[in-house]
Amino acid sequence: MAKELWKGNEAIAEAAIRAGCDCFFGYPITPQSEVPEYLSLHMPQHGKVFVQAESEVAAINMVYGAAASGMRAMTSSSSPGISLKQEGISYLTASELPCVIVNCMRGGPGLGTIQPGQSDYYQATRGGGNGDYRTICLAPCNIQEAVDLMQEAFDIADTYRNPVMVLMDGLTGQMMEPIEWREIPKRELPAKDWATTGKHGRDHTNFINSLYMVPEECDAHNAHLLEKCALMAEKEVRCEAVKCDDAEIVITAYGTPARIALTALDVLRAEGVKAGLFRPITLWPFPEKELHTLAGQDSVKAVLDVEMSAGGQMIDDIRLAVLGQKPVSYYGRAGGVIPTVEEIVEAAKKALKEAE
Amino acid sequence: MNADAVCTHRISIITGHYGTGKTEFSVNLALQLAAEGHQVMMADLDIVNPYFRSRERKAQLQNAGIRLISSSQACSDADVPALPAELLTILQNRDLIGVLDIGGDPVGARVLARFRDKITAEDYQLIYVLNANRPEVRTPERAIQYLRAIELTTGLTCTGIVNNTHLCGETTPEEIRKGAALADQVSRETGIPVLCHVAETRFAEALSDLPEPVFPITIQMKKPWE
Repeated sequence: MAKELWKGNEAIAEAAIRAGCDCFFGYPITPQSEVPEYLSLHMPQHGKVFVQAESEVAAINMVYGAAASGMRAMTSSSSPGISLKQEGISYLTASELPCVIVNCMRGGPGLGTIQPGQSDYYQATRGGGNGDYRTICLAPCNIQEAVDLMQEAFDIADTYRNPVMVLMDGLTGQMMEPIEWREIPKRELPAKDWATTGKHGRDHTNFINSLYMVPEECDAHNAHLLEKCALMAEKEVRCEAVKCDDAEIVITAYGTPARIALTALDVLRAEGVKAGLFRPITLWPFPEKELHTLAGQDSVKAVLDVEMSAGGQMIDDIRLAVLGQKPVSYYGRAGGVIPTVEEIVEAAKKALKEAE
Repeated sequence: MNADAVCTHRISIITGHYGTGKTEFSVNLALQLAAEGHQVMMADLDIVNPYFRSRERKAQLQNAGIRLISSSQACSDADVPALPAELLTILQNRDLIGVLDIGGDPVGARVLARFRDKITAEDYQLIYVLNANRPEVRTPERAIQYLRAIELTTGLTCTGIVNNTHLCGETTPEEIRKGAALADQVSRETGIPVLCHVAETRFAEALSDLPEPVFPITIQMKKPWE
């Protein structure tokens, strides 16, 4: 199929429609407003539901309601708006409701800036709300990958009855790139026989609930959620390694910094520095084994983590995976400033020099 | 093709569906006009997009002697669609050549409505930028719908079509020809002439057989890894 030129946010929205999203609930915030804008026009044209909620809190609870009745439901927002949704995400996970949440990150904390950021990594991967839970977190670094992952996001959510977050930075949402619409193999999905769609002659009533009056029952429920996490961690890890076979310095990055790092690799290699890129595509579950193995490789002397975050957040997972085999250092910019190719090249050389 | 052959009126207003490449075209047009010896003032009136706006090229434009004004200069990321009072300088100082880079769609073009009377009193052209690879405007019907909606919102009449069909780094002359065919269809149905086809300089020669001239550009609006 011929390539088309799409803006990231519009493409995510169109991909959601193609993935069979039934309902979208959201509230505008820069830099993700094109997602609801696009869906407000196109969802009704497909006989689907679009609601601009009165707030982010309302939107995520509408997702809860729609997901509980078996609909493929989605919301999107940007960093401060995602903070507002955290209670709802905790409830959705506790109630085992599948849904897709898109976070088009801007710089923080607080209102921060409308320019791109990556400082919501902790929130996205640790469970930003209360309780023991995790949401699968997919981190595309270009628009083609973003649209391909949207189909997967809905399928993964339905497979595990768990919310899935698509985490991208504002630049991916705002930029234009050529993409093609590809058929993504659909997964065999379990029937939604748990949904509250009416009794239809069943011998029991379906309840969607996150409240347990008996502590032992809540303990058992937590154990069940933990088992699901273990299954997701076993089956859903995704990552990419570029030019790592002979790499002396491995740069770790996701999203926009990974794109910039790819150019930095070319610059470094032209100068004779063997540099590689390790890019987690799932931030949770984190590709721990894959990075551990790579860090243990004889050629690797140092690991440099690059993020659009003040002190780094993913770096914690990098360190846990590397487990002290090689030195790990950090380079990042925050507050909407995007690291440059030159800055990454310099940081990589410095990291390598310090390791030697 | 020279820039002053594109800008046959004192003020050029660049509109179109968003993502068609209005800013890239506008910045190139302003730089080329300055290189041709004109006194150029450019206005970035994009109140729709938070990123990839011509104000990001401010230093470069200023070095070329171009005065750039933008919609919220004091705080360019304030997310507030405020308009600069200096816009009146372009409208009133007839020694200047003006390039107005407008935000996408009828929504973005709305900024022009309040200046309609002042614009129509001047020698101006309203340029409609087309990109056949943008899914919302790839058919003549949809492209004309957007064109008419922009005219309705601004109260101004479109006087020229610019084919700016591209696929970022994957553009080929064939893509530009595809856009030329779309521009031709839109032109036939509306009676609005095609002013030019925009192409990176390296493609200009391969497209010299097109009925309208090619305006050669150098990519200015780059992504951080380019």
